Amino acid sequence: MQPTIANLKKGEKAIIREFDVEAIPLKLLEMGCLPGNMVEMLQIAPFGDPLYLDVNGSHLAIRLETARVIEVDILNGTH
Amino acid sequence: MVSTKNINVALIGNPNTGKTSVFNQLTGLNQQVGNYPGITVEKKVGFCKLPNNIKANILDLPGTYSLNASSIDENVVIEMLLNKNDKLYPDVALVITDVENLKRNLLLFTQIKDLEIPTILVINMADRMERRGISLDVPFLEVQLKTKIAVISSRKGQGIEELKGLIINYNEISTEPCLNASIIDPEYFNKLRKAFPNQLLYKLWLVITQDVNFLNLDRNEIRNSFTKSHADLKRLQQKETIKRYQFINDVLKVGQTIDATNAKDFRSKLDRVLTHKFWGYVIFFAILFVIFQSIFEWSKVPMDFIDNTFAALSATVAEQLPPGVLTNLIAQGIVPGIGGILIFIPQIAFLFLFISILEESGYMSRVVFLMDKIMRRFGLSGKSVVPLISGTACAIPAIMATRNIESWKERLITILVTPFTTCSARLPVYAIIIALVIPDERFLGVINMQGLTLMLLYLLGFVTAISSAYILNKILKIKGKTYFVVEMPSYKLPLFKNVFINVVEKTKAFVFGAGKIILAISIILWFLASNGPGKNFSDAESIVAQQSNGKLSKTEFDNAVASQKLENSYIGLMGKTIEPVISPLGYDWKIGIAVISSFAAREVFVGTLATIYSVGDSDNEDTIKNKMQSEVNPQTGKAIFNFASGISLLLFYAFAMQCASTLAITKKETNTWKWPAVQLVFMSGLAYIVALIAYQFLK
Repeated sequence: MQPTIANLKKGEKAIIREFDVEAIPLKLLEMGCLPGNMVEMLQIAPFGDPLYLDVNGSHLAIRLETARVIEVDILNGTH
Repeated sequence: MVSTKNINVALIGNPNTGKTSVFNQLTGLNQQVGNYPGITVEKKVGFCKLPNNIKANILDLPGTYSLNASSIDENVVIEMLLNKNDKLYPDVALVITDVENLKRNLLLFTQIKDLEIPTILVINMADRMERRGISLDVPFLEVQLKTKIAVISSRKGQGIEELKGLIINYNEISTEPCLNASIIDPEYFNKLRKAFPNQLLYKLWLVITQDVNFLNLDRNEIRNSFTKSHADLKRLQQKETIKRYQFINDVLKVGQTIDATNAKDFRSKLDRVLTHKFWGYVIFFAILFVIFQSIFEWSKVPMDFIDNTFAALSATVAEQLPPGVLTNLIAQGIVPGIGGILIFIPQIAFLFLFISILEESGYMSRVVFLMDKIMRRFGLSGKSVVPLISGTACAIPAIMATRNIESWKERLITILVTPFTTCSARLPVYAIIIALVIPDERFLGVINMQGLTLMLLYLLGFVTAISSAYILNKILKIKGKTYFVVEMPSYKLPLFKNVFINVVEKTKAFVFGAGKIILAISIILWFLASNGPGKNFSDAESIVAQQSNGKLSKTEFDNAVASQKLENSYIGLMGKTIEPVISPLGYDWKIGIAVISSFAAREVFVGTLATIYSVGDSDNEDTIKNKMQSEVNPQTGKAIFNFASGISLLLFYAFAMQCASTLAITKKETNTWKWPAVQLVFMSGLAYIVALIAYQFLK
């Protein structure tokens, strides 16, 4: 199965794939969460949710439910 | 004669770009804070003198990430920019950006440019450029973005004069858009252009995609002929966003260079500690502890001072003015009423000081991040933590602090449950009742029973708030996708000027907003307590004289007359009327009066009882305490304030919505009387039932 942002480990980087726009708030797109952009997992909150990301240079936190619908290609060797 | 000219300047920008600092730099304290008509969004207008005798009205629009609105705050921005007839419609727009987040901030800039308003790009936080290894090719960016650029540091006050120079020459700025967004669907946009040749294409697009008013056009007309499915529209918006980012990326590739060698730094180190699964919570609770200690400790002296000043003022007025109805109104109604408002200023100012520092520093976003998962189980958001905690000082600023919760449902639940937290106005009531009915003994030899009771009451308030949230979350059917996106800004040292202005503005808003209501109600209460129908009230002196046959001393006589008058005043008669309703809770009509008057503000309780029991000095707790202790129910011969009625009263005050100002602020924040009515009925109903059960079990 294709990994999503929710599968990223701390410090891991990935490239965002095409995703279902309907499932994601426009605000997130506008913050730079767009296909082809790089995302890095910075911190995972205690209890595993929300997630603190660096998306295209923007630092933001989103909930797990949103992260699960954004598919990515994980970049190897980014630990 | 030199002619003066007035121009309108609008400040637009993403949150956390220092927009407010720029506003403060341009206007100083010369600002007016109000509301946009009909909504609770804050409207900030300031005035600024520019060179060449030009005066500017500076409008600080709410922070927004784009022109696609997702909250009422953001809607304000679009409606202002679309409405040429508005008095404050900008002659020139300043888009404030953070040099560290230029890529994302420019998205909004390209949208504003499409509205063909003269737009100046303000690149803020220039003092951080060197440390971040950022350099800019300003002339290149000005050409590509078809604008004038001011590189400034609002924190250090650099570049402000240059910015003013650009503002006065706003006529020279190109109003041409910097990219053509309509190529995302040429066929559709060509049709749109042909149908409305006199309108700006981007304005039409905004009207189609969102709920904004556009005065010159019939919205249905555009929508009917150019409608698309929601999914299609969103797909187009996504395409548009991608298009804009492509343009921005191309421009910045040449116009901006970043030497990323020292990119990972201070922020990630601090984040690792502050959001740590153990230390994160320890630090958060330590900060809370310090804040509450300070709010209660530091406020004590100024609060006592205000209290004493107003008590003295009241006495002076009563002495100096000729006796009469008007003097009574001033001395017993208006002066204590104003004192009752002003006494909260120290606590509220300290609270806003801390909240302002936590927000300015960027720490608040980390707390939200830490607490979100836990709070969500109760239908709340991570952002609800702040109001729930501030509620222990006063529910009014706490409810105002819910404004940054973007999900309406989560925000509404937070507003509704916040008044359950034990606010400072409950303290005097708790203190006197606990002293009366809880024995001053030690439990297990260590724990003071009275202290334990007080602590349990605080805990009870918090637990009730959380469980009500849980229930409301199950009951309330509020549509709308809840989403949660929090920007995690970089850490900054709070700016004194920003914090100071914020504290002053918020405190002012509290005093004048809620103050008017407190004042009005205390005047009404005073009137009802010092007037009454019929002979029993008007002939109180002769009735008492007849009953006592001159056996009373002068003081005893005066006290008895006051009692007789109060009993037969309007409020006394109200107390008698509600006695059947409250007697199952263990209260007599006198407590009933105190409960009624407490619906204006809880702290009125002790003062009202003091008056009822004819004790001259209500501040002297011992006297009133002794009086209360010796009150006996004429039917049963038992003490009125016994364990059962005391516990019943404590529980009643813990739950009941007895604060007119909280109801007023809830109305203001939710824009309907429905929710304050729900609070009043639900909280007071719960209070009644719990107090009833407690009394019936314990008596």
